[in-house]
Amino acid sequence: MRRPRLLYVPFWVTYIFLYAPIVVLVVMSFNAGKSPYTFEGLSLKWYGKLAGNETVREGLVNTLIVAAGSTALATVLGTLLAVGLARHTRSRLLDGLGVLPAVLPDLVLAIGLLVLYAMIKMTLGLHSVLLAHTVFGMAFVTAVVRTRLTHADTSLEEASRDLGATPLTTFVRVTLPQLMPGIAAGALLAFTLSIDEFVIAFFTAAPTTPTLPIVIYSMVRFGVTPEINALATLLLAVSFTVVIVAQRMTRLTESLS
Amino acid sequence: MTSSTVSGATAKSRSRRSRVLGRLVFLSPGLTYLIILMLIPLALVISYAFFRRGRFGGVIYELTGENFTRLLDPIYLDVVLDSLKLATAATVIALLVGYPTAYVIAQLPAKWKTVALVAIVLPFWTNFLVRIYAWIVLLSGPGLVNTALGKLGLGPFEFLYNQGTIVTGLIYSYLPLMVLPLYAAIEKLDPQLREASANLGARPARTFASVTLPLTLPGVVTGCMFVFVPSFGNFVIPELLGGGRSIMVGNLIRDQFLKARDWPFGSALTLALLAVLIVLLLLQAWSSRRA
Repeated sequence: MRRPRLLYVPFWVTYIFLYAPIVVLVVMSFNAGKSPYTFEGLSLKWYGKLAGNETVREGLVNTLIVAAGSTALATVLGTLLAVGLARHTRSRLLDGLGVLPAVLPDLVLAIGLLVLYAMIKMTLGLHSVLLAHTVFGMAFVTAVVRTRLTHADTSLEEASRDLGATPLTTFVRVTLPQLMPGIAAGALLAFTLSIDEFVIAFFTAAPTTPTLPIVIYSMVRFGVTPEINALATLLLAVSFTVVIVAQRMTRLTESLS
Repeated sequence: MTSSTVSGATAKSRSRRSRVLGRLVFLSPGLTYLIILMLIPLALVISYAFFRRGRFGGVIYELTGENFTRLLDPIYLDVVLDSLKLATAATVIALLVGYPTAYVIAQLPAKWKTVALVAIVLPFWTNFLVRIYAWIVLLSGPGLVNTALGKLGLGPFEFLYNQGTIVTGLIYSYLPLMVLPLYAAIEKLDPQLREASANLGARPARTFASVTLPLTLPGVVTGCMFVFVPSFGNFVIPELLGGGRSIMVGNLIRDQFLKARDWPFGSALTLALLAVLIVLLLLQAWSSRRA
C-alpha cells in the first residue's frame, strides 16, 4: 500500500523529541567543566563525586529496600488475587476493584494513604512507603497474571480437580508452574514501578527516610548540577538494560511455551 | 443405590466446602489489603471534604458545605480551568503527533516494528524526574538551545517557567501512552477496507476520514485518556518547569495537605479532580461500547 511521505515528518519528530533531551543529558554527564550547560571536554569526575554523595547512597538503599519488600508482598497478594478473580468468582465488581489502584491518579492514592496513616497515628518511614507501593504493585501483578490465566488452558486444572485434588493442591502443583512467566513479568513490573515512584513516596515517606526519586526531586529543585547528569545517566543505563533484558526474556519464554 | 446417594451428597458438600475455601484462600488476602489501603483511604478523603478544618490543622468532625462553596471562588476555579486547559492542550498535541507516528509504525516491516515500538516505550521506563530534569538542562537560560540560538545571533530567550513549557513536559512524559493504544487500534485495522475505499474512488483524505479514523476511534479515546488523566492531576511538572507557582490542581492539593494543612479543603479539591476523571471514564466507556 502507498505510504504518504508527509506522515514521516511527525514520525521522525516524535523520535527526535523523545531522545534529544536524553542524549544531551548523557553527553553532559561526561563534561569536564563545572557548568551543566557548556561542554568543556571529557571527564568522569561527576561520577566520582556522585559515588561520594552520602544522601544519594542513602536514597538508593531506601529505594531498594522499599522496592524489594513491596514487590515480594505485591507478588504474593497479586498472584493469589488473580487466581481468585479468574477461578473462584464471577464478580465484575471485584475485577474492577483489582485494577482500580492502577487507574486511580497517584496523587489521590497518596493523600488518601497520608490521611489514613495520620488517623491511625502511624509514624512515617520506610514501612509506610512499602505498604503504599504494594497497593499499585499488586494491581499490576494481578493484571498481568490475570491476563495469562484467561488465555491459559483450564483442562489440566479440571483434570486435577476431578482426580480429587483440593484447590490448594491444584494451585501449587498445576496452576502455579503454568503461571510462572506471568508472575515473573508482574514482579519485574512492580519492582521497576516502585523504584521510579515519586508522588506516593513524597507523601508517605518520613523526611529522614527519603527514597531516591525524592532525593533527585530536591536536587533538581535546588539547582542544576552536573552531578545529577551523572546520576540520571546511570539510572537511564539501568532501566534501559532492564527493559531490554525483560523484552528478550518474554520473547524467550513465549517461544518456549 | 442408597450408598451412591450418600456419596453424591458428601461429594456435593465437599465441593461446596472447597469452593468456600478457595475464595477464602485466594480472594480474601488481596481484597482485605485493597480495602484497608485503598478503599478506606479513599472514603476518608471523600468524607473529609464535608468536615470543617481545625484551627491548627486537623479536622473538626462537624458537617459543612463550606469547602465546596470555596471551590467556586474565582481563585480556585481559575486553577481548575487552567489545569483543564493545559491537560487538554497536551492531549490534543500528543494526538496530532502520535497518530501519524503510530500509523507509520503500523506499516513498518515486522522487524522494524518491534524496534520502533521498544524505542517509543524506552524513555517511559526511565525515571520521570530525570526526564523532566533533561528539559531544564535543554531549555534554561544558559542552556543548550539558547547557546545554539546565540551562535545564530538570536536570543537569549526565557523558555522555562511558562505554560508552554508545562505542556511540553506533559507531552514528553505521556506521549508513549498515546502512541501505544493508537498503534494497537491501527494495527488491528483490516487493510482491505482501505483498499476497498480507494478502489471505490475515495481520495486518501476521504478514506482516512470515513474509514480509518472511525474504526480507530476507541484507540484515540483510550490514548487521550492515558495522556489527560495523569496530566490533569500532575504537580511535579508545573512545579519544576512552571516556576513553582500553584498553577494546576495538583499543586493546589499538595499545598493544602503539606503547607496550608487544610485537609478538608484539600479533600474537596481532590473530589473535584476525581469528578472530572469519572466523567471522562464514563465517556470513554460509552464511546467504546458504541464502537
